[in-house]
Amino acid sequence: MAVSEETIRKIAHLARLELTEKEVQTYSKQLTGILDYVSQLSKVDTTGVEPLVTATDMAVNFREDKVEPSLSPDDLLSNAPDRSGNLFKVPPVL
Amino acid sequence: MSLLDQGIFEIAKKVRSGEVSAKTVATEALARAKNKNKELNAFITLTDDQALEQAEKVDRMVSQKRDPGLLAGVPVGIKDILLTKGVRTTAGSKILENFVPPYSSTVVEKLEAAGAITIGKTNLDEFAMGASNENSAFGPVKNPWDTSRVPGGSSGGSAAAVAARLVPGAIGTDTGGSIREPAAFCGLTGIKPTYGRVSRYGVVAFASSLDQVGPMTHSVQDAALMLQAISGKDPKDSTTAVQAVPDFSKALVKNVKGFKVGLPKEYFADGIEPEVRAAVDNAIAVLKSQGAEIVPLSLPLTSHGIAVYYLIAPCEASSNLARYDGVKYGHRSKDSKDLMDLYCRSRGEGFGAEPKRRIMLGTFALSSGYYDAYYKKACQVRRLLRDDFVKAFKQVDVIAAPVATGPAFKLGEKADDPLAMYLNDIFTLPPSLAGIPALSVNCGFTKSGLPIGFQLMAKHWDEEKIIQAAFTVEQNLGLAPRRPHGF
Repeated sequence: MAVSEETIRKIAHLARLELTEKEVQTYSKQLTGILDYVSQLSKVDTTGVEPLVTATDMAVNFREDKVEPSLSPDDLLSNAPDRSGNLFKVPPVL
Repeated sequence: MSLLDQGIFEIAKKVRSGEVSAKTVATEALARAKNKNKELNAFITLTDDQALEQAEKVDRMVSQKRDPGLLAGVPVGIKDILLTKGVRTTAGSKILENFVPPYSSTVVEKLEAAGAITIGKTNLDEFAMGASNENSAFGPVKNPWDTSRVPGGSSGGSAAAVAARLVPGAIGTDTGGSIREPAAFCGLTGIKPTYGRVSRYGVVAFASSLDQVGPMTHSVQDAALMLQAISGKDPKDSTTAVQAVPDFSKALVKNVKGFKVGLPKEYFADGIEPEVRAAVDNAIAVLKSQGAEIVPLSLPLTSHGIAVYYLIAPCEASSNLARYDGVKYGHRSKDSKDLMDLYCRSRGEGFGAEPKRRIMLGTFALSSGYYDAYYKKACQVRRLLRDDFVKAFKQVDVIAAPVATGPAFKLGEKADDPLAMYLNDIFTLPPSLAGIPALSVNCGFTKSGLPIGFQLMAKHWDEEKIIQAAFTVEQNLGLAPRRPHGF
Protein backbone atom coordinates (compact mmCIF):
# COMPACT_ATOMS: atom_id res chain seq x y z
CA MET A 1 0.00 0.00 0.00
CA ALA A 2 1.14 3.54 -0.68
CA VAL A 3 1.77 5.70 2.38
CA SER A 4 0.77 9.22 1.37
CA GLU A 5 2.55 12.34 2.57
CA GLU A 6 -0.61 13.22 4.46
CA THR A 7 -0.46 9.89 6.34
CA ILE A 8 3.22 10.51 7.10
CA ARG A 9 2.34 13.89 8.65
CA LYS A 10 -0.38 12.28 10.75
CA ILE A 11 1.94 9.50 11.95
CA ALA A 12 4.71 12.02 12.68
CA HIS A 13 2.29 13.93 14.88
CA LEU A 14 1.29 10.74 16.73
CA ALA A 15 5.00 10.04 17.26
CA ARG A 16 5.67 13.65 18.35
CA LEU A 17 8.29 14.01 15.64
CA GLU A 18 8.88 17.22 13.73
CA LEU A 19 9.81 16.35 10.15
CA THR A 20 11.03 18.58 7.33
CA GLU A 21 9.15 18.56 4.02
CA LYS A 22 12.04 16.59 2.52
CA GLU A 23 11.81 13.99 5.29
CA VAL A 24 8.05 13.69 4.72
CA GLN A 25 8.69 12.91 1.04
CA THR A 26 11.52 10.47 1.80
CA TYR A 27 9.60 8.54 4.46
CA SER A 28 6.51 8.40 2.28
CA LYS A 29 8.54 6.66 -0.41
CA GLN A 30 10.55 4.44 1.96
CA LEU A 31 7.63 3.33 4.13
CA THR A 32 5.68 2.44 0.98
CA GLY A 33 8.60 0.25 -0.13
CA ILE A 34 9.03 -1.40 3.28
CA LEU A 35 5.30 -2.07 3.75
CA ASP A 36 5.16 -3.50 0.26
CA TYR A 37 7.98 -5.86 1.23
CA VAL A 38 6.44 -6.95 4.57
CA SER A 39 3.07 -7.61 2.92
CA GLN A 40 4.53 -11.06 2.05
CA LEU A 41 3.39 -12.11 5.55
CA SER A 42 -0.22 -12.14 4.37
CA LYS A 43 0.66 -15.32 2.47
CA VAL A 44 1.43 -17.18 5.73
CA ASP A 45 -1.60 -18.98 7.18
CA THR A 46 -1.81 -17.90 10.83
CA THR A 47 -5.38 -18.99 11.54
CA GLY A 48 -5.70 -19.69 15.26
CA VAL A 49 -2.04 -18.89 16.02
CA GLU A 50 -1.51 -17.10 19.33
CA PRO A 51 0.78 -14.05 18.78
CA LEU A 52 4.23 -14.49 20.35
CA VAL A 53 5.17 -11.24 22.06
CA THR A 54 8.34 -12.33 23.79
CA ALA A 55 11.11 -14.78 23.05
CA THR A 56 10.81 -17.29 25.87
CA ASP A 57 7.89 -18.73 27.78
CA MET A 58 9.22 -17.71 31.17
CA ALA A 59 6.79 -16.42 33.73
CA VAL A 60 7.43 -12.87 34.89
CA ASN A 61 9.59 -12.92 38.00
CA PHE A 62 8.18 -10.72 40.70
CA ARG A 63 10.35 -9.51 43.55
CA GLU A 64 9.44 -9.27 47.19
CA ASP A 65 7.36 -6.24 47.99
CA LYS A 66 9.83 -4.51 50.25
CA VAL A 67 11.53 -1.14 50.33
CA GLU A 68 15.02 -1.13 48.85
CA PRO A 69 17.49 1.70 48.35
CA SER A 70 17.05 3.62 45.12
CA LEU A 71 18.55 6.66 43.44
CA SER A 72 18.16 10.06 45.07
CA PRO A 73 15.95 12.71 43.45
CA ASP A 74 19.11 14.74 42.81
CA ASP A 75 20.70 11.87 40.87
CA LEU A 76 17.53 11.33 38.88
CA LEU A 77 17.21 15.00 38.03
CA SER A 78 20.91 15.41 37.23
CA ASN A 79 20.31 15.16 33.46
CA ALA A 80 17.18 17.28 33.30
CA PRO A 81 17.52 20.10 30.75
CA ASP A 82 15.62 22.37 33.17
CA ARG A 83 14.41 21.87 36.72
CA SER A 84 12.84 23.71 39.59
CA GLY A 85 13.70 22.10 42.90
CA ASN A 86 12.80 18.45 42.58
CA LEU A 87 10.54 19.04 39.58
CA PHE A 88 11.12 18.90 35.82
CA LYS A 89 10.44 22.29 34.31
CA VAL A 90 8.66 22.60 30.93
CA PRO A 91 7.25 25.46 28.85
CA PRO A 92 3.55 26.35 29.22
CA VAL A 93 1.18 23.55 28.17
CA LEU A 94 -1.32 26.02 26.68
CA MET B 1 54.50 -9.48 21.26
CA SER B 2 52.21 -6.97 22.89
CA LEU B 3 50.29 -7.96 25.99
CA LEU B 4 47.11 -7.05 24.16
CA ASP B 5 47.75 -9.79 21.57
CA GLN B 6 47.53 -12.47 24.22
CA GLY B 7 43.82 -12.64 24.77
CA ILE B 8 41.63 -12.45 27.83
CA PHE B 9 42.50 -15.81 29.36
CA GLU B 10 46.26 -15.19 29.24
CA ILE B 11 46.10 -11.58 30.46
CA ALA B 12 43.90 -12.51 33.43
CA LYS B 13 46.23 -15.38 34.31
CA LYS B 14 49.30 -13.12 34.23
CA VAL B 15 47.64 -10.38 36.26
CA ARG B 16 46.33 -12.82 38.87
CA SER B 17 49.77 -14.38 39.31
CA GLY B 18 51.36 -10.96 39.63
CA GLU B 19 53.52 -11.47 36.53
CA VAL B 20 52.09 -8.32 34.97
CA SER B 21 50.30 -5.46 36.68
CA ALA B 22 46.79 -4.48 35.64
CA LYS B 23 48.05 -0.91 35.44
CA THR B 24 50.67 -1.85 32.83
CA VAL B 25 48.03 -3.56 30.68
CA ALA B 26 45.52 -0.71 31.05
CA THR B 27 48.16 1.92 30.24
CA GLU B 28 49.15 0.03 27.09
CA ALA B 29 45.53 -0.42 25.99
CA LEU B 30 44.75 3.26 26.52
CA ALA B 31 47.85 4.36 24.59
CA ARG B 32 47.04 2.02 21.71
CA ALA B 33 43.39 3.04 21.62
CA LYS B 34 44.37 6.73 21.50
CA ASN B 35 46.87 6.12 18.75
CA LYS B 36 44.63 4.02 16.50
CA ASN B 37 41.25 5.57 17.14
CA LYS B 38 41.85 8.34 14.58
CA GLU B 39 41.87 5.75 11.81
CA LEU B 40 39.03 3.60 13.09
CA ASN B 41 36.67 5.80 15.14
CA ALA B 42 35.97 2.72 17.26
CA PHE B 43 35.64 4.60 20.55
CA ILE B 44 33.30 7.50 21.30
CA THR B 45 34.75 8.07 24.79
CA LEU B 46 37.95 6.86 26.47
CA THR B 47 37.89 6.61 30.25
CA ASP B 48 41.54 6.99 31.29
CA ASP B 49 41.12 8.03 34.91
CA GLN B 50 38.53 5.45 35.72
CA ALA B 51 40.47 2.68 33.98
CA LEU B 52 43.64 3.42 35.92
CA GLU B 53 41.71 3.59 39.17
CA GLN B 54 40.14 0.19 38.47
CA ALA B 55 43.54 -1.24 37.53
CA GLU B 56 45.08 -0.01 40.79
CA LYS B 57 42.29 -1.70 42.68
CA VAL B 58 42.97 -5.01 40.92
CA ASP B 59 46.72 -4.69 41.60
CA ARG B 60 46.01 -3.97 45.26
CA MET B 61 43.91 -7.13 45.49
CA VAL B 62 46.68 -9.17 43.87
CA SER B 63 49.26 -7.83 46.32
CA GLN B 64 46.92 -8.60 49.23
CA LYS B 65 46.44 -12.15 47.91
CA ARG B 66 42.73 -11.56 47.37
CA ASP B 67 41.01 -12.99 44.28
CA PRO B 68 40.69 -10.14 41.76
CA GLY B 69 38.21 -12.12 39.60
CA LEU B 70 37.82 -14.06 36.41
CA LEU B 71 38.74 -11.09 34.18
CA ALA B 72 41.46 -9.62 36.39
CA GLY B 73 43.11 -6.68 34.66
CA VAL B 74 41.55 -7.37 31.27
CA PRO B 75 40.91 -4.12 29.36
CA VAL B 76 37.50 -4.12 27.73
CA GLY B 77 35.44 -1.86 25.50
CA ILE B 78 31.78 -1.30 26.32
CA LYS B 79 29.27 -0.58 23.57
CA ASP B 80 28.06 2.92 24.27
CA ILE B 81 24.51 1.73 24.82
CA LEU B 82 25.26 0.24 28.24
CA LEU B 83 25.02 2.78 31.04
CA THR B 84 28.23 3.60 32.89
CA LYS B 85 27.84 5.62 36.07
CA GLY B 86 29.44 9.03 35.70
CA VAL B 87 30.61 8.32 32.14
CA ARG B 88 28.69 9.80 29.21
CA THR B 89 26.50 7.23 27.45
CA THR B 90 25.24 8.34 24.04
CA ALA B 91 23.68 5.29 22.37
CA GLY B 92 25.31 6.77 19.24
CA SER B 93 22.67 9.49 19.20
CA LYS B 94 22.72 13.27 19.28
CA ILE B 95 19.68 13.10 21.54
CA LEU B 96 21.87 11.61 24.33
CA GLU B 97 25.03 13.55 23.40
CA ASN B 98 25.43 14.91 26.95
CA PHE B 99 23.77 12.17 28.96
CA VAL B 100 25.74 11.11 32.05
CA PRO B 101 23.97 8.18 33.75
CA PRO B 102 23.60 8.18 37.53
CA TYR B 103 23.95 4.39 37.65
CA SER B 104 25.66 1.54 35.77
CA SER B 105 24.14 -1.35 33.86
CA THR B 106 24.31 -4.74 35.57
CA VAL B 107 26.67 -6.07 32.88
CA VAL B 108 29.17 -3.28 33.52
CA GLU B 109 28.94 -3.86 37.27
CA LYS B 110 29.51 -7.58 36.79
CA LEU B 111 32.53 -6.98 34.53
CA GLU B 112 34.06 -4.61 37.05
CA ALA B 113 33.34 -7.04 39.89
CA ALA B 114 35.19 -9.69 37.84
CA GLY B 115 38.23 -7.41 37.66
CA ALA B 116 37.84 -6.16 34.07
CA ILE B 117 39.11 -2.66 33.25
CA THR B 118 36.72 -0.48 31.26
CA ILE B 119 38.89 1.62 28.97
CA GLY B 120 36.14 3.22 26.94
CA LYS B 121 32.75 3.33 25.27
CA THR B 122 32.58 1.99 21.74
CA ASN B 123 30.85 3.46 18.72
CA LEU B 124 27.61 1.97 17.35
CA ASP B 125 24.71 2.57 15.03
CA GLU B 126 22.32 5.03 16.65
CA PHE B 127 20.24 3.12 19.25
CA ALA B 128 21.78 -0.08 17.80
CA MET B 129 19.76 0.37 14.61
CA GLY B 130 21.90 -0.69 11.70
CA ALA B 131 24.16 -3.32 10.21
CA SER B 132 27.10 -1.16 9.12
CA ASN B 133 27.81 1.36 11.89
CA GLU B 134 27.16 4.14 9.36
CA ASN B 135 24.13 5.35 11.35
CA SER B 136 26.16 6.76 14.26
CA ALA B 137 25.83 10.45 15.13
CA PHE B 138 29.56 10.21 15.95
CA GLY B 139 30.60 9.11 12.47
CA PRO B 140 31.13 5.71 10.85
CA VAL B 141 33.60 3.10 12.14
CA LYS B 142 36.19 1.62 9.77
CA ASN B 143 36.94 -2.08 9.44
CA PRO B 144 40.58 -2.73 10.43
CA TRP B 145 40.85 -5.46 7.77
CA ASP B 146 40.09 -2.88 5.06
CA THR B 147 39.40 0.67 6.15
CA SER B 148 37.31 1.37 3.03
CA ARG B 149 34.80 -1.16 4.37
CA VAL B 150 32.25 -1.24 7.19
CA PRO B 151 32.97 -3.21 10.37
CA GLY B 152 29.35 -4.37 10.47
CA GLY B 153 26.83 -3.16 12.97
CA SER B 154 25.42 -2.22 15.20
CA SER B 155 28.28 -3.25 17.54
CA GLY B 156 30.82 -1.99 14.97
CA GLY B 157 33.03 -0.05 17.38
CA SER B 158 33.35 -3.05 19.69
CA ALA B 159 34.23 -5.30 16.73
CA ALA B 160 36.81 -2.90 15.27
CA ALA B 161 38.41 -2.28 18.69
CA VAL B 162 38.93 -6.01 19.26
CA ALA B 163 40.01 -6.77 15.66
CA ALA B 164 42.61 -3.98 15.81
CA ARG B 165 43.78 -5.33 19.19
CA LEU B 166 43.03 -2.16 21.09
CA VAL B 167 41.28 -4.40 23.63
CA PRO B 168 41.17 -8.21 23.82
CA GLY B 169 37.40 -8.20 24.33
CA ALA B 170 34.38 -5.95 24.11
CA ILE B 171 30.71 -6.00 24.96
CA GLY B 172 28.14 -5.79 22.20
CA THR B 173 24.38 -6.03 22.02
CA ASP B 174 22.43 -8.09 19.51
CA THR B 175 18.81 -7.40 18.61
CA GLY B 176 18.81 -8.93 15.13
CA GLY B 177 22.46 -9.75 14.48
CA SER B 178 24.33 -6.79 15.94
CA ILE B 179 26.97 -8.96 17.65
CA ARG B 180 27.21 -11.78 15.11
CA GLU B 181 27.43 -9.76 11.89
CA PRO B 182 30.22 -7.38 13.04
CA ALA B 183 32.03 -10.37 14.61
CA ALA B 184 31.89 -12.09 11.21
CA PHE B 185 33.00 -8.96 9.31
CA CYS B 186 35.94 -8.44 11.70
CA GLY B 187 37.06 -12.07 12.15
CA LEU B 188 35.97 -12.48 15.79
CA THR B 189 33.92 -14.75 18.00
CA GLY B 190 30.66 -13.10 19.05
CA ILE B 191 27.94 -14.71 21.14
CA LYS B 192 24.30 -13.70 21.33
CA PRO B 193 23.12 -15.62 24.40
CA THR B 194 19.62 -16.99 24.97
CA TYR B 195 17.12 -14.20 25.61
CA GLY B 196 17.11 -13.91 29.41
CA ARG B 197 20.63 -15.24 30.01
CA VAL B 198 22.19 -11.79 30.48
CA SER B 199 20.63 -8.82 32.26
CA ARG B 200 19.38 -5.90 30.20
CA TYR B 201 19.18 -3.58 33.22
CA GLY B 202 20.83 -0.31 32.26
CA VAL B 203 20.99 -1.14 28.57
CA VAL B 204 19.33 1.58 26.50
CA ALA B 205 16.27 -0.24 25.17
CA PHE B 206 15.74 -0.68 21.43
CA ALA B 207 13.43 -3.70 21.01
CA SER B 208 12.87 -5.21 24.44
CA SER B 209 11.66 -8.66 23.34
CA LEU B 210 14.85 -9.13 21.29
CA ASP B 211 17.74 -7.19 22.88
CA GLN B 212 20.54 -9.29 24.39
CA VAL B 213 24.06 -8.44 25.58
CA GLY B 214 27.06 -10.60 24.70
CA PRO B 215 30.84 -10.87 24.34
CA MET B 216 33.04 -10.17 21.29
CA THR B 217 36.55 -11.61 21.45
CA HIS B 218 39.28 -13.23 19.37
CA SER B 219 38.96 -16.79 20.63
CA VAL B 220 36.08 -19.03 21.60
CA GLN B 221 37.70 -19.61 24.99
CA ASP B 222 37.78 -15.86 25.68
CA ALA B 223 34.14 -15.48 24.64
CA ALA B 224 33.11 -18.30 26.99
CA LEU B 225 35.01 -16.64 29.83
CA MET B 226 33.47 -13.24 29.24
CA LEU B 227 29.99 -14.75 28.92
CA GLN B 228 30.54 -16.50 32.26
CA ALA B 229 31.25 -13.17 33.92
CA ILE B 230 28.11 -11.41 32.67
CA SER B 231 25.46 -14.17 32.79
CA GLY B 232 22.86 -14.83 35.44
CA LYS B 233 19.70 -13.79 37.16
CA ASP B 234 19.33 -10.11 37.99
CA PRO B 235 16.62 -8.93 40.37
CA LYS B 236 16.61 -5.68 38.38
CA ASP B 237 15.60 -7.38 35.10
CA SER B 238 12.52 -9.55 35.49
CA THR B 239 13.18 -11.20 32.12
CA THR B 240 16.47 -12.76 33.28
CA ALA B 241 16.33 -16.51 33.75
CA VAL B 242 16.18 -18.37 37.02
CA GLN B 243 18.17 -21.20 35.38
CA ALA B 244 21.60 -21.78 36.88
CA VAL B 245 24.50 -20.61 34.72
CA PRO B 246 26.61 -23.58 33.60
CA ASP B 247 30.40 -23.56 33.69
CA PHE B 248 30.97 -22.63 30.05
CA SER B 249 34.66 -23.57 30.20
CA LYS B 250 33.59 -27.23 30.44
CA ALA B 251 32.21 -26.89 26.90
CA LEU B 252 35.70 -26.12 25.53
CA VAL B 253 36.07 -29.58 24.00
CA LYS B 254 37.87 -30.07 20.69
CA ASN B 255 35.44 -32.55 19.16
CA VAL B 256 31.72 -32.97 18.63
CA LYS B 257 31.35 -36.72 19.03
CA GLY B 258 27.69 -37.68 19.12
CA PHE B 259 26.50 -34.25 17.91
CA LYS B 260 23.86 -33.94 15.23
CA VAL B 261 24.43 -30.81 13.16
CA GLY B 262 21.44 -29.52 11.20
CA LEU B 263 21.87 -27.71 7.88
CA PRO B 264 18.68 -25.86 6.96
CA LYS B 265 18.49 -25.67 3.17
CA GLU B 266 17.04 -22.14 3.31
CA TYR B 267 20.36 -20.86 4.72
CA PHE B 268 22.32 -22.37 1.84
CA ALA B 269 20.23 -21.05 -1.06
CA ASP B 270 21.50 -19.05 -4.03
CA GLY B 271 22.81 -15.58 -3.34
CA ILE B 272 25.64 -16.55 -1.02
CA GLU B 273 29.00 -15.44 -2.36
CA PRO B 274 31.09 -18.48 -3.43
CA GLU B 275 34.02 -17.70 -1.12
CA VAL B 276 31.67 -17.48 1.88
CA ARG B 277 29.99 -20.71 0.87
CA ALA B 278 33.34 -22.50 0.53
CA ALA B 279 34.57 -21.36 3.96
CA VAL B 280 31.28 -22.33 5.64
CA ASP B 281 31.34 -25.73 3.90
CA ASN B 282 34.88 -26.19 5.14
CA ALA B 283 33.81 -25.51 8.75
CA ILE B 284 30.98 -28.03 8.37
CA ALA B 285 33.49 -30.58 7.06
CA VAL B 286 35.57 -30.01 10.22
CA LEU B 287 32.53 -30.74 12.40
CA LYS B 288 31.90 -33.90 10.41
CA SER B 289 35.50 -35.06 10.69
CA GLN B 290 35.38 -34.44 14.46
CA GLY B 291 32.44 -36.75 15.01
CA ALA B 292 29.27 -34.90 14.02
CA GLU B 293 26.47 -36.40 12.02
CA ILE B 294 25.14 -33.96 9.42
CA VAL B 295 21.35 -33.75 9.16
CA PRO B 296 19.65 -31.88 6.29
CA LEU B 297 16.74 -29.75 7.52
CA SER B 298 14.16 -27.29 6.36
CA LEU B 299 13.09 -24.10 8.16
CA PRO B 300 10.55 -22.90 5.61
CA LEU B 301 9.72 -19.56 7.27
CA THR B 302 13.32 -18.31 7.18
CA SER B 303 12.78 -15.86 4.35
CA HIS B 304 9.90 -14.22 6.28
CA GLY B 305 12.23 -13.41 9.20
CA ILE B 306 13.08 -10.01 7.74
CA ALA B 307 9.44 -8.99 7.37
CA VAL B 308 8.59 -10.19 10.89
CA TYR B 309 11.59 -8.43 12.40
CA TYR B 310 11.14 -5.15 10.54
CA LEU B 311 7.64 -4.90 11.96
CA ILE B 312 8.21 -6.10 15.53
CA ALA B 313 11.51 -4.26 16.16
CA PRO B 314 10.26 -0.86 14.91
CA CYS B 315 7.00 -1.26 16.87
CA GLU B 316 8.92 -1.89 20.07
CA ALA B 317 11.40 0.86 19.21
CA SER B 318 8.67 3.44 18.62
CA SER B 319 7.39 2.68 22.11
CA ASN B 320 10.82 2.57 23.80
CA LEU B 321 12.00 5.77 22.15
CA ALA B 322 8.93 7.65 23.34
CA ARG B 323 10.87 8.39 26.55
CA TYR B 324 13.10 10.90 24.76
CA ASP B 325 10.90 13.91 25.23
CA GLY B 326 13.33 16.72 26.03
CA VAL B 327 12.05 16.86 29.60
CA LYS B 328 13.73 14.25 31.81
CA TYR B 329 17.10 13.96 30.06
CA GLY B 330 18.59 14.27 26.60
CA HIS B 331 18.45 16.99 23.98
CA ARG B 332 15.95 19.82 24.45
CA SER B 333 15.14 22.15 21.59
CA LYS B 334 15.62 25.84 22.29
CA ASP B 335 12.77 28.34 21.92
CA SER B 336 9.82 25.97 21.91
CA LYS B 337 6.57 27.87 22.20
CA ASP B 338 4.70 25.23 24.21
CA LEU B 339 5.01 21.66 25.50
CA MET B 340 3.84 19.97 22.31
CA ASP B 341 6.30 22.02 20.31
CA LEU B 342 9.05 21.04 22.77
CA TYR B 343 8.37 17.33 22.28
CA CYS B 344 8.20 17.46 18.48
CA ARG B 345 11.21 19.73 17.99
CA SER B 346 13.46 18.02 20.56
CA ARG B 347 12.79 14.66 18.94
CA GLY B 348 12.99 15.98 15.38
CA GLU B 349 16.36 17.60 16.10
CA GLY B 350 17.77 14.83 18.29
CA PHE B 351 17.06 11.63 16.36
CA GLY B 352 18.94 10.66 13.21
CA ALA B 353 17.42 9.25 10.01
CA GLU B 354 17.28 5.56 10.98
CA PRO B 355 15.59 5.91 14.40
CA LYS B 356 13.13 8.35 12.79
CA ARG B 357 12.36 5.86 10.04
CA ARG B 358 11.77 3.09 12.58
CA ILE B 359 9.69 5.28 14.88
CA MET B 360 7.53 6.18 11.87
CA LEU B 361 7.22 2.57 10.71
CA GLY B 362 6.45 1.31 14.22
CA THR B 363 3.95 4.06 14.97
CA PHE B 364 2.23 3.31 11.68
CA ALA B 365 2.11 -0.46 12.26
CA LEU B 366 0.69 0.04 15.77
CA SER B 367 -1.85 2.67 14.77
CA SER B 368 -5.56 2.07 14.82
CA GLY B 369 -6.71 0.11 11.77
CA TYR B 370 -3.27 -1.38 10.99
CA TYR B 371 -2.37 -3.13 14.26
CA ASP B 372 -3.91 -6.49 13.33
CA ALA B 373 -2.61 -6.55 9.78
CA TYR B 374 0.97 -5.68 10.73
CA TYR B 375 1.98 -6.03 14.39
CA LYS B 376 -0.31 -8.90 15.34
CA LYS B 377 0.34 -10.76 12.08
CA ALA B 378 4.11 -10.44 12.61
CA CYS B 379 3.80 -11.80 16.16
CA GLN B 380 1.82 -14.79 14.87
CA VAL B 381 4.42 -15.61 12.23
CA ARG B 382 7.07 -15.14 14.93
CA ARG B 383 5.49 -17.98 16.92
CA LEU B 384 5.47 -20.26 13.86
CA LEU B 385 9.07 -19.40 13.17
CA ARG B 386 10.09 -20.17 16.76
CA ASP B 387 8.10 -23.42 16.76
CA ASP B 388 10.04 -24.51 13.65
CA PHE B 389 13.29 -24.07 15.59
CA VAL B 390 11.92 -25.92 18.64
CA LYS B 391 10.91 -28.79 16.35
CA ALA B 392 14.29 -28.82 14.60
CA PHE B 393 16.14 -29.01 17.91
CA LYS B 394 14.30 -32.22 18.73
CA GLN B 395 16.30 -33.73 15.85
CA VAL B 396 19.64 -31.92 16.12
CA ASP B 397 21.97 -30.43 18.74
CA VAL B 398 23.11 -27.42 16.76
CA ILE B 399 22.23 -25.72 13.50
CA ALA B 400 25.03 -24.43 11.27
CA ALA B 401 24.70 -21.59 8.76
CA PRO B 402 26.48 -18.59 7.29
CA VAL B 403 26.25 -15.28 9.21
CA ALA B 404 25.87 -13.13 6.11
CA THR B 405 25.76 -13.68 2.36
CA GLY B 406 29.07 -11.87 1.84
CA PRO B 407 32.03 -10.35 3.69
CA ALA B 408 32.18 -6.72 4.86
CA PHE B 409 30.83 -4.35 2.23
CA LYS B 410 32.13 -0.92 1.22
CA LEU B 411 31.29 2.18 3.26
CA GLY B 412 28.39 3.92 1.53
CA GLU B 413 27.46 0.90 -0.59
CA LYS B 414 24.04 0.35 1.02
CA ALA B 415 23.68 3.56 2.99
CA ASP B 416 20.94 5.10 0.84
CA ASP B 417 18.73 2.05 0.54
CA PRO B 418 17.23 0.96 3.88
CA LEU B 419 15.63 -2.18 2.46
CA ALA B 420 18.92 -3.40 0.95
CA MET B 421 20.52 -2.86 4.36
CA TYR B 422 17.72 -4.77 6.11
CA LEU B 423 18.08 -7.74 3.71
CA ASN B 424 21.65 -8.10 4.93
CA ASP B 425 20.24 -9.52 8.20
CA ILE B 426 18.48 -12.50 6.63
CA PHE B 427 20.50 -15.21 8.45
CA THR B 428 20.83 -13.50 11.84
CA LEU B 429 17.22 -12.42 12.42
CA PRO B 430 15.47 -15.80 12.86
CA PRO B 431 17.49 -16.89 15.95
CA SER B 432 16.84 -13.48 17.52
CA LEU B 433 13.10 -13.78 16.92
CA ALA B 434 13.15 -17.29 18.42
CA GLY B 435 15.23 -16.12 21.41
CA ILE B 436 17.74 -18.96 20.97
CA PRO B 437 21.51 -18.63 21.49
CA ALA B 438 23.62 -18.10 18.38
CA LEU B 439 27.23 -17.20 17.72
CA SER B 440 29.63 -16.30 14.96
CA VAL B 441 33.11 -17.79 14.78
CA ASN B 442 35.72 -16.99 12.15
CA CYS B 443 36.04 -19.76 9.55
CA GLY B 444 38.40 -18.25 7.02
CA PHE B 445 39.17 -15.32 4.75
CA THR B 446 38.40 -14.27 1.20
CA LYS B 447 41.26 -14.06 -1.30
CA SER B 448 41.33 -10.33 -0.73
CA GLY B 449 41.81 -10.90 3.01
CA LEU B 450 38.34 -10.26 4.45
CA PRO B 451 37.16 -12.45 7.34
CA ILE B 452 34.24 -14.86 6.97
CA GLY B 453 31.92 -15.90 9.81
CA PHE B 454 30.32 -19.24 10.61
CA GLN B 455 27.06 -19.21 12.55
CA LEU B 456 25.97 -21.83 15.10
CA MET B 457 22.61 -21.94 16.88
CA ALA B 458 21.20 -24.16 19.64
CA LYS B 459 17.98 -24.50 21.57
CA HIS B 460 17.13 -22.15 24.46
CA TRP B 461 19.69 -22.26 27.33
CA ASP B 462 22.06 -24.51 25.36
CA GLU B 463 24.99 -22.10 24.87
CA GLU B 464 27.36 -24.92 25.83
CA LYS B 465 26.60 -26.78 22.59
CA ILE B 466 27.42 -23.86 20.32
CA ILE B 467 30.54 -23.11 22.34
CA GLN B 468 31.70 -26.71 21.96
CA ALA B 469 30.99 -26.76 18.22
CA ALA B 470 32.68 -23.38 17.71
CA PHE B 471 35.71 -24.45 19.74
CA THR B 472 35.94 -27.64 17.63
CA VAL B 473 35.90 -25.59 14.42
CA GLU B 474 38.44 -23.07 15.73
CA GLN B 475 40.85 -25.68 17.08
CA ASN B 476 40.73 -28.03 14.09
CA LEU B 477 40.45 -25.60 11.19
CA GLY B 478 44.15 -24.82 11.40
CA LEU B 479 43.93 -21.22 10.24
CA ALA B 480 47.28 -19.45 10.36
CA PRO B 481 47.24 -16.54 12.82
CA ARG B 482 46.65 -13.25 11.03
CA ARG B 483 46.20 -9.66 11.97
CA PRO B 484 44.89 -6.68 10.02
CA HIS B 485 47.66 -4.84 8.16
CA GLY B 486 48.73 -1.71 10.02
CA PHE B 487 47.17 -2.82 13.29
